Amino acid sequence: MKILVCISNVPDTTTKINFTEDQKSFVTAGVQYIINPYDEIALTKALELTEKQGGTVTVINVGDVTTEPTIRKALAIGATDAIRVNGTPRDAYYVAKQVAHVAKDQNYDLILTGRESIDYNGSQVAAMVAEMLDLPSVSIVKSLTIENGIATLEREIEGGKEILNCPTPLIVSATEGMAEPRIPNMRGIMSARTKPLVVVEPLPVPQLQEYVKYDKPAARSHVKLVPSDDVKKLVDLLHTEAKSF
Amino acid sequence: MSVLVYAENAGGKFKKSTYEVLSFGYAIAEKIGGSLTVLSIGDVNADELAKLSKYGASKVLNVTNEKLKSFVNMAYAAVISEASIAEDSKVVIMSASFTGKGLAPRVAVKLDAGLVDGAISLPDITNGFTVRKGAFSGKAFADVTLTSDRKVITLMPNSYQVNEHQKDSNIVDFNPTVRDLDFKAMVKEIVRAADKVSLPDAEIVVSGGRGLKGPENWGMIEELANLLGAATACSKPVSDSNWRPHSEHVGQTGIAISPNLYIAIGISGAIQHLAGVSSSKVIVVINKDPEAPFFKAADYGIVGDAFDVVPKLIEAVKEFKAVNA
Ligand SMILES: Cc1cc2nc3c(=O)[nH]c(=O)nc-3n(C[C@H](O)[C@H](O)[C@H](O)COP(=O)(O)OP(=O)(O)OC[C@H]3O[C@@H](n4cnc5c(N)ncnc54)[C@H](O)[C@@H]3O)c2cc1C
Ligand SMILES: Nc1ncnc2c1ncn2[C@@H]1O[C@H](COP(=O)(O)O)[C@@H](O)[C@H]1O
Repeated sequence: MKILVCISNVPDTTTKINFTEDQKSFVTAGVQYIINPYDEIALTKALELTEKQGGTVTVINVGDVTTEPTIRKALAIGATDAIRVNGTPRDAYYVAKQVAHVAKDQNYDLILTGRESIDYNGSQVAAMVAEMLDLPSVSIVKSLTIENGIATLEREIEGGKEILNCPTPLIVSATEGMAEPRIPNMRGIMSARTKPLVVVEPLPVPQLQEYVKYDKPAARSHVKLVPSDDVKKLVDLLHTEAKSF
Repeated sequence: MSVLVYAENAGGKFKKSTYEVLSFGYAIAEKIGGSLTVLSIGDVNADELAKLSKYGASKVLNVTNEKLKSFVNMAYAAVISEASIAEDSKVVIMSASFTGKGLAPRVAVKLDAGLVDGAISLPDITNGFTVRKGAFSGKAFADVTLTSDRKVITLMPNSYQVNEHQKDSNIVDFNPTVRDLDFKAMVKEIVRAADKVSLPDAEIVVSGGRGLKGPENWGMIEELANLLGAATACSKPVSDSNWRPHSEHVGQTGIAISPNLYIAIGISGAIQHLAGVSSSKVIVVINKDPEAPFFKAADYGIVGDAFDVVPKLIEAVKEFKAVNA
């Protein structure tokens, strides 16, 4: 099986987010970058599938040279090789165009992405790539098995789940439950240094949107504490003051 | 010009989030000087369809094709884009539901449209077409200007008020072209927990953390949630330990929610947890540690042992309901 996994390079989850004074860009100074957590799940699933059935796992990232430590980490976790598209991932459409272009003639059986990137939270790349390649896709999938070229998937829906079948090739975005992320071991880290990482130049892509301004949520005013022996008061406050019910 | 809303149904019924999208779409149509057209696909009866005109739909397109009875991502995307071209709708809107998230990107690509996923307020059209959404998993907001001619927006559940605008809409059949190639990812089975409130749509959420010690103690969380008509949620370590299903995990790497009321019990308030719940309108924290970081992000708090406070809270809510029934 030939699998492509899309990985995004995102600020560590503990990052306190700050923007420049003109509110136009995210301040990257001092920020640690990691593989997007959902992409780690996708990568682990890809490894599980190829360990059982044979095959290769290629990771792809659209980003400049600063994302290479993240790509190497994916190689250390176990990917076979990597592709970096040397462009600035300005939005999901741009990323999807690059991924679709790379994947076009490669006959991947499966392309996996994370459910969303934890920086721009678009949940867009998987279904966009699929549309560009005219392939089926299933988004926000918590369980995936593939047997004899037929995938069985469980997709999250409000208040339940949907179980689907789909022949490969297909594109899937992964959420929690699909696999438990792995921590790279010493052997993985050593071998990652010599695994192939191919850099390709990006396609020009028309711009359909622009991030014009960032803001942070207003801080909440001081917490109103209610004594633990007067819980009734909390219910009163929620009813009369907060109007929650 | 019209705004096209895709009215998602669950088992033939429209949900509150669908009416939110209609209300949102109607407001946009008013803003840009157009009307609201609503598209329904699948098995929805006439009574249910008639409800759509209450929320501002001037026209309802109804697709009854047998093959499209149940949701097929690729095929539905084709129908929605075909309808938007037929209706000359430059703005297409749907819910940022699990289904909408997998559908909207396909529609956007078909239409060469810019897409904002998870909008949280009406577009600002004073200078272009700018839509606000959450970014950095709830730690920030981003304003995105769509510069494309056609635009696709998904609306975050619980972020736009349902408003009624009764119209005399006519319901017309819409017969889209269907392509066999689009029927590959097929639904085999849908499993719904009938007695549960769905977490992303819930107006009230009762959530438990590691402070509850073990899955056996969730009875009181569920009881409180039932009383309040709330959904249940949890912190990441709780679902990682399989005390609760992953689908209940909220936070930066779980579901992001924005209910009217979020009650956090025995949860410390780590940055990753806060990220996913900070857009809740009102936050109540119950924690035995007065120094728990969550108190800094809360509107109301009780410093106390959950095993003492929650049963009292259940009693107090019961009393309240008895009086206010
Ligand atoms: C990459 C990454 C992503 C993450 N994403 C998420 C995420 O999306 N969501 C998330 O929730 N976490 C996430 N986390 C984990 C997060 O950092 C915290 O570890 C987690 O939120 C803590 O869960 P908790 O508050 O339930 O447990 P703890 O931190 O153990 O806190 C338990 C709390 O309960 C209180 N308590 C104990 N006993 C009682 C009692 N009897 N009565 C009342 N209070 C009591 C304690 O005072 C304490 O404040 C992530 C971490 C990483 C590294
Ligand atoms: N720059 C990127 N390079 C490669 N893959 C990406 C990139 N950005 C996002 N993705 C993939 O697309 C998924 C969804 O991202 P998004 O649509 O931005 O929420 C992520 O989980 C990744 O798998």
